[in-house]
Amino acid sequence: MIRRAVRFLDERLGTAPLLKKTLQYVFPDHWTFMLGEIALYAFVVLVATGIYLALFFEPSLAHVTYQGDYAPLRGHEMTKAFQSTLDLSFETKGGLLLRQTHHWAANVFVAAIVLHLLRILYTGASRKPRDLNVWIGTTLLALAVFEGYAGYSLPDDLLSGMGLAIGYSVLLSLPVVGAWLAVLVWGGQFPGKEVFEPRLFITHVFVIPIVMATLIAIHLAIIVRQKHTQFPGPGRTERNVVGSTLWPSYALRSTSLLLAVAGVLLLLGGLVQINPIWLYGPYHTYSATNGAQPDWYIGWLIGALRLMPPLEIHVFGYTLVPNPFFGGALFPLLVFGLLYSWPAIERRITGDHARHELLDRPRDVPWRTATISAFFSWVAVVFLAGSQDQVALHFHFSYVGLVWFFRVASVVVPLVVFFVTRRVAAELKETELHPLRLDR
Amino acid sequence: MKRWLIAALVLLLGKLRPPRALPPGRPVREPDRRAENLTFLLLLCAMAAAAAFIAFYFANPDTQFLGATLGLAFVLLAAACLVAGKRVVPQIEGVKERPELEHPFEQDEVVAVIAEGGEGVSRKRFFLLAGGGAAGLMGAALLTPALSCGPEANRVLSRSPWNRGRLLVTELDEPIVAAGIVVGELVTAFPSGADKEDIASPVIVVRVRPDELDLPDDRRGWAPEGLIGYSKICTHAGCAVSEYRYPSYGPTAPGPAVVCPCHYSTFSVTEGGKRIFGPAGRALPQLPLAINGDGQLVADGDFSGRPGPGWWGVRK
Ligand code: FES
Repeated sequence: MIRRAVRFLDERLGTAPLLKKTLQYVFPDHWTFMLGEIALYAFVVLVATGIYLALFFEPSLAHVTYQGDYAPLRGHEMTKAFQSTLDLSFETKGGLLLRQTHHWAANVFVAAIVLHLLRILYTGASRKPRDLNVWIGTTLLALAVFEGYAGYSLPDDLLSGMGLAIGYSVLLSLPVVGAWLAVLVWGGQFPGKEVFEPRLFITHVFVIPIVMATLIAIHLAIIVRQKHTQFPGPGRTERNVVGSTLWPSYALRSTSLLLAVAGVLLLLGGLVQINPIWLYGPYHTYSATNGAQPDWYIGWLIGALRLMPPLEIHVFGYTLVPNPFFGGALFPLLVFGLLYSWPAIERRITGDHARHELLDRPRDVPWRTATISAFFSWVAVVFLAGSQDQVALHFHFSYVGLVWFFRVASVVVPLVVFFVTRRVAAELKETELHPLRLDR
Repeated sequence: MKRWLIAALVLLLGKLRPPRALPPGRPVREPDRRAENLTFLLLLCAMAAAAAFIAFYFANPDTQFLGATLGLAFVLLAAACLVAGKRVVPQIEGVKERPELEHPFEQDEVVAVIAEGGEGVSRKRFFLLAGGGAAGLMGAALLTPALSCGPEANRVLSRSPWNRGRLLVTELDEPIVAAGIVVGELVTAFPSGADKEDIASPVIVVRVRPDELDLPDDRRGWAPEGLIGYSKICTHAGCAVSEYRYPSYGPTAPGPAVVCPCHYSTFSVTEGGKRIFGPAGRALPQLPLAINGDGQLVADGDFSGRPGPGWWGVRK
């Protein structure tokens, strides 16, 4: 049977050598290598559940009066987009399960990418020849965040609308071209013409997923070409790669990971409520709710918008640069710009242009570990500032005080983190203590 | 992806038959019976969970039941694969040489080949410049159609449904009786006959004591009886300014203000919508109000500034 299949393919495509190479492809074993895989498998779950959702969702801003199963909203004016999301949740068998699984998968997807990125940066896997893949991966992260935003903006619930209003304002705030672009995308002034919803829909279900799938394919092809990095160890050199072969053990373990990711996401989707749009209600430009929290990966942008002092650039009573530009556009551009240029920055600092296949442990290069920690702590402080209204509410701190606290923290914390991390890494390197087990 | 598919295919086919005997001379690997039994057990449980999902789908399609059963089926299958991968099948370690990526010699050759193609061509620089220029202008030409909404933008963004005498109505299109608004209350109103979703439509109307008012000089008479109206759309990033803080205590309390829940820009109600906290860069535009013969609220003109988020060129 197997022989027949192998021969069938080989006679027609000459695949036997390729198949042999594939089955014996070597994967170095380390748990951190699974983070990227988790992201990949979350993407698979997103595509699968997304196709299902697209069969039921209607991307239309046409007005209807709700008459469906969810009693509290019966008789309310809403758009078809909102109504079809309600119907999908309440009247389609298994619809809510897949909608919630999709939403959870988006959250896990971005989280896995960020952790994967941290692994790459902390272990020096970003050095030549993998700087190429750092750029592709960073692009994928940006696309994933945008894709998530586009996704939760679709149902036209109150949270969607508030998010879109802010997105519109950020686009509008871009110097020179902002107003044109915003009017172009929305087909007019916010909340825009009917065409906006189908545009958002096609962007979310077609354009970005296609681009992402292509980039993921290139990302993986580059890995196959360059082969994985590996941690140093007996028999491991810059010139070889040591690990499990694909067949049989690794294939089974990786399949297991795919199934586990799908299983956990389905359990979350079934048992833990997420984005209950019927509680938010339909969006109107004239309504807003307090304490609205978007998906976590938008938090750093909210935080930046909130922390930004009321700075605007005016000339002769005319606005040049409105405030949302700084927190909503400049800040993410800065963060992503630094990520893109990190391989070049590191080469600049170390003067090291060699090809690297062996990974460093984070402690091995204290300055790098400290720099990356400082950078991410900076983003993390701004991220935390995105939830300062919740903090103010639950811990009874003054909101104004918190704003000032976070403004100061966004400068001080990265500095402290830098020096502390550098010290700790150097110490660990010297003593060879294990940071968690505290033995040798 | 392809090699994964092939691997999955081979995996699937491989499961159907017992493995062939190893060639003689190699030590025979003892099967791990316990791990095999555990894998079987997990596969059986996964089957049961999947069957339960189907049953629930027909009998009681509750999201919790569906999610728990299907999720469990996946997790059990994952566990089966994990045990099989770690204990049932042999662990084979491989060592591979890495490919040499650099080809210094070929690099030179490529450069030479490219140079060869330019042999005997004069004025190369000129061609490069002209070619680049053509490509650049071509790009600009392709982008130009996008400008068709360009000159429009300022006009589109500056439209307003408000004018002198326009009646204020509630969400249900009922006129608003001035005397019905009490101090401390916040009313959302719209221009009668206009699209309520338009960013320039919604306004908030509150009543303050006339002696509290501290409006700019050119807005005298904009707030009859202390009834004062502002655009409801935040000048920061377009959220609805939906919270109202009216102090009913002591003289040291901050004055009445409206707050936007998105990034907490706070605008003073008595001082013409001045921003007193938060990231907004412009004041909340004020709508001049008047009371008509029937005691209903009407607009007495357009806003004091453009409502909603700002853009390059909007008047402050
Ligand atoms: S939108 Fe109102 S404060 Fe940002």
